[in-house]
Amino acid sequence: MNNQQSTELLFELSKPGRRCHRLPACDVPETRPVSDLLPANHLAATSPSLPEVAEIDLIRHFNNLSTRNMCIDTNFYPLGSCTMKYNPKRHERWATSPGFANLHPLQEDDTCQGMLELLYEMQQYLCEISGLHAVSLQPAAGAQGELTALFVAAAYFRDIGQNQRKRVLIPDSAHGTNPASAALAGFEAIKIKSDTQGLVDLEDLKKHLDDRLAVFMITNPNTLGLFERQIQTITDLIHAYGGLVYLDGANMNAILGITRPGDFGADMQHYNVHKTFTGPHGGGGPGSGPITVRQHLAPYLPTPIVVREGDRYRLDYNRPKSIGRVRSFFGNVGILFRGYCYIRTLGPDGLKAVSENAVLNANYLLARLKHAYEIPHGDRCMHEFVASARLLRREKKISAMEICKRLLDFGYHAPTVYFPLVVPEALMIEPTETESKETLDAFADTLLKIREEPAEFLQKAPHTLSISRPDEVKAAKEPILRWKPAVG
Amino acid sequence: MAYLLNTADDQREMLARIGVQSIEELFAPIPASIRLNRLLDIPPALTEIELSARIQELAGRNQSTSEAVCFLGGGAYDHFIPAVVDAIVSRSEYYTAYTPYQAEASQGSLQAFYEYQTLICQLTDMEVSNASLYEGGSAVAEAALMALNIREGRREILVAESVHPEYRQVLATYMANLGVTIVTLPTPDGFLDPDTVTKAISDRTVGVIVQHPNFFGFLEEPEAVTQIAQKHGALSIISFDPISMGLLKRPGQYGADIAVAEGQCLGTPLGYGGPYLGIMACREEYVRKIPGRLVGETTDRNGKRCWVLTLQTREQHIRREKATSNICTNQGLFALRAAVYLTALGPQGLRETAELCLRKAHYAADQLTQLPGVRLQYQRPFFKEFTLSLPVNVEVLLVRLREQGYFAGLPVGRWYGPQLSQALTLAVTEKRTKAEIDGLAKAVEHQLAQAMPVMR
Repeated sequence: MNNQQSTELLFELSKPGRRCHRLPACDVPETRPVSDLLPANHLAATSPSLPEVAEIDLIRHFNNLSTRNMCIDTNFYPLGSCTMKYNPKRHERWATSPGFANLHPLQEDDTCQGMLELLYEMQQYLCEISGLHAVSLQPAAGAQGELTALFVAAAYFRDIGQNQRKRVLIPDSAHGTNPASAALAGFEAIKIKSDTQGLVDLEDLKKHLDDRLAVFMITNPNTLGLFERQIQTITDLIHAYGGLVYLDGANMNAILGITRPGDFGADMQHYNVHKTFTGPHGGGGPGSGPITVRQHLAPYLPTPIVVREGDRYRLDYNRPKSIGRVRSFFGNVGILFRGYCYIRTLGPDGLKAVSENAVLNANYLLARLKHAYEIPHGDRCMHEFVASARLLRREKKISAMEICKRLLDFGYHAPTVYFPLVVPEALMIEPTETESKETLDAFADTLLKIREEPAEFLQKAPHTLSISRPDEVKAAKEPILRWKPAVG
Repeated sequence: MAYLLNTADDQREMLARIGVQSIEELFAPIPASIRLNRLLDIPPALTEIELSARIQELAGRNQSTSEAVCFLGGGAYDHFIPAVVDAIVSRSEYYTAYTPYQAEASQGSLQAFYEYQTLICQLTDMEVSNASLYEGGSAVAEAALMALNIREGRREILVAESVHPEYRQVLATYMANLGVTIVTLPTPDGFLDPDTVTKAISDRTVGVIVQHPNFFGFLEEPEAVTQIAQKHGALSIISFDPISMGLLKRPGQYGADIAVAEGQCLGTPLGYGGPYLGIMACREEYVRKIPGRLVGETTDRNGKRCWVLTLQTREQHIRREKATSNICTNQGLFALRAAVYLTALGPQGLRETAELCLRKAHYAADQLTQLPGVRLQYQRPFFKEFTLSLPVNVEVLLVRLREQGYFAGLPVGRWYGPQLSQALTLAVTEKRTKAEIDGLAKAVEHQLAQAMPVMR
């Protein structure tokens, strides 16, 4: 990796007349000019001003750019709540086999029985793992999964004549997508306080229980990495008031085969297949966010769903109470496919071992750090924990941001910072199970070293990457969102 | 156990450091009453060799578009993908990274997304592009949400019936709880007549949604519709075909407010429907209302040009329930595919690809409409996709043609009802050869000859 290589944009490399891809000559008779086939008022006078480069320009450009990324294949990536575990190479090979990669989404069920069988089995596995009864593989990401679940909830309440249920209760430690999704599904988002231990404040929750209650959204383990000990009490309360419990499945990596959301009272949940079942995160997508629901909510799920009839599989579109669709075609099949491969590779013992080792790794890291970093919510956690730089900031002027930027110098991706919002100067650390004790030790040693470094030095970090800290204020104040040719 | 590293010794040492006797103790916060006291009921673990065999077995039960001759379209197209696209996206520096929150450690993805945004602006002549959405259907719904946000107070959306039926379903699902009225404008002649818009539009209308070319493959009149929409203070939302930009006027050229598209055609394999790429571009004035990630140029402390995620105050993690959208990712890897694809083609390659699609589609239509009883369903110009009216029930015909190795098209009556039960929509990409098209025409001719006496 050479950090000094040029960062010219594609457009700056462009030279008229250069080409990469070439097309064959037209093999059908060109009896008429284009202007006879398309009316003049529809034709563009010129082609789009795309860059013109040769193949080697293109390859060098993007390959050189790639070296400016940290990624799981080169760096430890303890990004809390994102479950950045190893992405097995076998999945990539299988996913690109033509028998899967070259299936058209609208080809007939008869011609893709292997695909449908795989998706059907994936439906079964996701139900079993969540302890719920029905599933939609359609949502394209976790955020879309939770939105879909809220659409399902809205349709359900409409159907049973309880339209007054317009309130969605959300703990203050929740992901920002929760309130955003609630609003998009026509609900009013109400914040529920956390208690001093970082769990749901039951007294505050009780204040909001009445016949306006629609859904209680809970992440469990929560974003502090803590399991809600009173989850059964909470879900019983919600049910007693006629509400539904939604489990944000972002943190499923902690509880695979240990406990199931359906068994502790959740009525709906989404999965982040890309997290829990290791779809590569692709620089920010694609993900896949299937949802599982209890039987009484099944009629409202999006269409289609894979059903089995004897030894045949087909897509079932005939679901009159369905909310409809949240996207075109079946879903993010490529990610579901990788998740399927992962579940088949691990099996029941393996999935349980995943959670056991994820929790072990997180607790070990916590134990290594707790004397040097403030851990506001106790010295045990599930698959992740949140440290706080509040005291460091007060005493040494070292903020969470400084720590995270300095970590980059040592070849570690930074933890999630400044989230959850309930912890000041938060550093949210999730090691995952695919890291070794040696890696965790080296990372812990680095964090211990960083806190001893001078604040002025840390404030200038990173020191070794291709750029120093970018001016984000300038970026937002006068946004430059695209390249434009120089004038004149 | 696959992918796990901790040895028994490691585990012992780690537990000792934590100060517990067993891993089980770490799960103490989970009450016994809700513990799963059995193994999950899923199949036992398979090694790479075993699972490889299972995957091959399943793949063998699929007939892919590489084994059949594919004339299927409807939003997903069998375009050629140059090898450079796969070469780039298979670099794990791209595919195993996540959202570029740490700009200093993510300049590769950030610059690529900035280039993607620029390429989409060049492709469409629009002023701003986001870093992508999920896919074409939800992109339409997000455009509607954006319009509702821009024209606060207006609660009615007009959508042409010729827009992809699944996109319209997504739109309906997204709008169902927001007190928004969706008015579907009929398209009896295979396109949305601008007069129909004039009659339907009012000062309650927030936006007019048109797909051009439409679900049947025929051209719309997006320029006229845009003018009518804007005259009434509504937004013009155009769902376009990226490949058609090699020939057709671009949304920015006829003044569209929001342009969206399914970007699968730009270098993404068919993959049974996803992951795909949602393209969204808009006018500069709406930049603070556009959903999704945006990458912006800035400088670092040494004045060096660099890129960051920007305008994040629009987004859910800051705005929470007041966010413009709940979206918190883009389709990074597929935006990268599109960026590499568009660059590999360049202006000349895109133009040639579009022209090949156009010519081959017209050749196919000419060959097929020479058969007895076969005609174009609508007398409208078309690009790479067109709808035929056949003298037979299309569903039966398709089964026969499939047996001969043709995915011959979409029976659009499935979405539009019995009045189109004899309609078939075919897509013809640059990959289809004259021989394949002639072969299809011959096979259809043969089937019609067999079926016609029965029909009479």
